[in-house]
Amino acid sequence: MARPSPLWDLWTGLRGGNIILAARIIISFYIAGGVLAAVDQPLQTVEEMRATSLQLRRDSLEMIYGAGSGHPGGSLSEIDILVALYFGVMRYDANDPAWSGRDRFILSKGHASPGFYATLSMAGYFGREELSSYRKTDGLLQGHAHPMTPGVEMNSGSLGMGLSFALGHALAARLDGKDYKVYALLGDGECQEGEVWEAAMSAAHHRASNLTAIVDRNRIQNDRFTDEVMTLEPLADRWRDFGWNVITCDGHEHAEVLRALETASEGGPTAIIANTVKGKGVSFMENNPAFHGRAPNAEEYEAALKELA
Amino acid sequence: MATQRASAATRETYGRTLLTMADDHPDIVVLGGDLNVSTFVHLWRDQYPERFFDFGPAEQNIVGVAAGLAAAGKVPFVSTFSVFGTGRPYDQLRVLISQPSLNVKLVCTHAGILTGEDGMSAHGIEDLSLMCSLPSFTVITPADAPETEQAVRAVASTHGPVYVRLPRAATQIVHDNEYQFSIGAADVMKSGGDVAIIAMGSLVAPALDAADSLAGQGIDAQVVNLHTLAPADESAIIAAAQETGAIVTAEEHYVHGGLGSVVAGVLARNCPVPVEMVALHGYTSSGPANELMEKNGLTAAGVEAAVHRVLKRKG
Repeated sequence: MARPSPLWDLWTGLRGGNIILAARIIISFYIAGGVLAAVDQPLQTVEEMRATSLQLRRDSLEMIYGAGSGHPGGSLSEIDILVALYFGVMRYDANDPAWSGRDRFILSKGHASPGFYATLSMAGYFGREELSSYRKTDGLLQGHAHPMTPGVEMNSGSLGMGLSFALGHALAARLDGKDYKVYALLGDGECQEGEVWEAAMSAAHHRASNLTAIVDRNRIQNDRFTDEVMTLEPLADRWRDFGWNVITCDGHEHAEVLRALETASEGGPTAIIANTVKGKGVSFMENNPAFHGRAPNAEEYEAALKELA
Repeated sequence: MATQRASAATRETYGRTLLTMADDHPDIVVLGGDLNVSTFVHLWRDQYPERFFDFGPAEQNIVGVAAGLAAAGKVPFVSTFSVFGTGRPYDQLRVLISQPSLNVKLVCTHAGILTGEDGMSAHGIEDLSLMCSLPSFTVITPADAPETEQAVRAVASTHGPVYVRLPRAATQIVHDNEYQFSIGAADVMKSGGDVAIIAMGSLVAPALDAADSLAGQGIDAQVVNLHTLAPADESAIIAAAQETGAIVTAEEHYVHGGLGSVVAGVLARNCPVPVEMVALHGYTSSGPANELMEKNGLTAAGVEAAVHRVLKRKG
């Protein structure tokens, strides 16, 4: 969501059932006589989020089809999480991506960039026309997300790094006395990287209460199903054992994701295991490892768009 | 007869210099990996605990967190041993720091073979090769304590990723109080027209000793301290070759990818002259540091022998 305005904070306070917070915000606003910051993007209702998700799924496939390569499966599985974050929870100013008070979103599974780019574009970071520059020479949108793109915090493409990077931002917030939140989205296969657990251990040790890890638990990685490659379960217990609060939710139900994110914001570090479906929304991509990292052909693309209409 | 010089451990100079910058550089934070007494950042840890983070020996995570802190506007100094701080998190250095050119300072100690008795795995002889392969990194090897102090101050005030290479052992002090360090500007310590010895780090003092000895034989050797390997001072390297027509490089690093390779590359492109390289030609075993330096020819005598070889080739 946009840079915080008193109205936005009020809305958040009310939605969280926190009348006192809401009241305090109203009072402090009037006392301060502050200027109402422009709200760039209205918060979306859950119903609106569903429509947004459909649009972003179509956008993701359009980008991948246009580029002739990319990762559809993980983009389609992450979309509803991104929509809940960007249109329901996060504070940011798309006109000022470097605003120091912004909440940080770090895409650790950087190959799932199409879903992320489509989200950033809809959030106002850059024009929709840029989406066609995905993976193109001199384009704004690199194959794996890079901070040259407005709204992208971290260079990505090598798995396991995002949680460490997110922890750096989380510790910086404490040093600077800022109240921003830091969210890192990890793939489930990515949790096979040792650095994830180094970061998990240290985030708990350093009490990074403003840090939330979200695992896109779609059960498929590059080659095969995660269980065939390397057992991840009991995944929630593993995060818990590393000192994290753990919330499990349906990663395609916006309301559930929102609830999980709000609970996480009460103090962490918190890991949200978001159960998702790889390739969500397109029948022949769903639960199909073949579409982890291959573009649809013309026929598949047309069929997919029909299903996402 | 080698000149008698005082010695000092540059890693201690590093730790003490950091402390003096705390007030003027409020964004400096220090990250360590359970080697903080050895790297001397325990001085900072004890004085500024809220600006210090220990991560244990988890170097991938340390570098990743440092990148995040830098992206949030902090100036993280990361310190561990060179073998752990460069090879282990190489991919994090590449993806998270070099590619987006983030403002992280990686200051590693115990580089080279002066870790002696700890043996092969503790000998950091590949770090310069790794770090020079990362396009955004500035790579600095101070020769002594005064140069270390100035280098640490300079990197704190310069935006961008930097690797600073320090040894465990004390190194001879070759600079006086007048010395002015500047990142990327070679330090010509002695002029000379017959041959140029381009040295770095622990080999600068032996290079100066070799030049003294060669003077007694009527050979006028120039000595250049190339403290910054990336970006290398190409004009100084070319000038040395043009003035002398023969180059000897001297470094406590594997012969591939370090000082010799960088100098040879510059000369091949600009001013090809004969080059001899004093460097390590492979791994070496446990042993007292001075014995290992002798065994591998990383001495004034080794440099002198290389000068005679290159002068024969110069003809």
